[in-house]
Amino acid sequence: MQGKMAVIGDGDSVLVFSSVGIDSFPVKDGKDAEARLISLAKRYKIIFITEALARENDEIIKRYLAKPYPIIIPLPSGSGESGYGESLIKSAMEKALGIDILYNKNKDGEDKTD
Amino acid sequence: MARINVNPTRMELSRLKARLKTAMRGHKLLKDKTDELIRRFTAIIKENKRLRDEVEEDMSRVLTQFSAAKSLMSEEDIELAFSMPAVSLEVECASQSIMNVAVPRLILSEKGSEKAYPYAFAAVTSEADYSVRMMGKTVYKLVKLAETEKTAQMLADEIEKGKRRVNALENIMIPSLEETIKYISMKLEENDRSSRTRLMKVKSMLEEGAR
Repeated sequence: MQGKMAVIGDGDSVLVFSSVGIDSFPVKDGKDAEARLISLAKRYKIIFITEALARENDEIIKRYLAKPYPIIIPLPSGSGESGYGESLIKSAMEKALGIDILYNKNKDGEDKTD
Repeated sequence: MARINVNPTRMELSRLKARLKTAMRGHKLLKDKTDELIRRFTAIIKENKRLRDEVEEDMSRVLTQFSAAKSLMSEEDIELAFSMPAVSLEVECASQSIMNVAVPRLILSEKGSEKAYPYAFAAVTSEADYSVRMMGKTVYKLVKLAETEKTAQMLADEIEKGKRRVNALENIMIPSLEETIKYISMKLEENDRSSRTRLMKVKSMLEEGAR
């Protein structure tokens, strides 16, 4: 099965993806990205989306988590990472293992088991 | 634990015993499966963390270069330079099975030579070249990241489901079956004893009458 890749991002930072053959879709804001994401999810196998936009469309991304395709991956945008991608992984980890084994140093350092 | 509402008969008893056996076996299998999934999940999640860190670093470098390139060129030029892909990447989207969970497997294939840039060198600045070259390397990691991240998500889902099933079997199904079996066998024994005493009583009454 052949798949295509797409990237959704704010403004120009996504343009660089087109140079390697990933279709880029610049959007203005979260609302715009929402519509874009829903329409792209049907056609593309892998969708990269910048973290800030991913955070705003949390609900839609969560909807696709349990399905094999499309794969929606939050990317850090030019403005610096916002930790949304980590938070997705963290929640998966907590769901599966009950504890956070990788990022717990970001918290207060003590385990919260009681 | 709640007893299942059944008639205390021998037939019911043997049926329940068979069910208990199946439940125990299922419980063991599911538990093993969940344990193995968890083991794989931890490996994948560590890999994912490593990849994500790498990609984040690469991306920030690419984007820095790119914004440098952008600031040196006009908007039309940059659009022109970048909108035609130098290489066309195709992703083969297959699926593989980890402990019977279908997870995506992505194979990236490249068409067109790696050296080719999508524009003439005269038209753009060197920063743009760098960003394109780095992007070409990063895209492999991006696809790998997509694969591991999705796998991790799907395994997490499966582990949660498996855990819930194991718990349901362990804490509800098996105890209630055991209790019902106990109840039925007690009831049968009780019936047995009562019919025996009745027989003894009848016999002694008959003997009394004969005398």
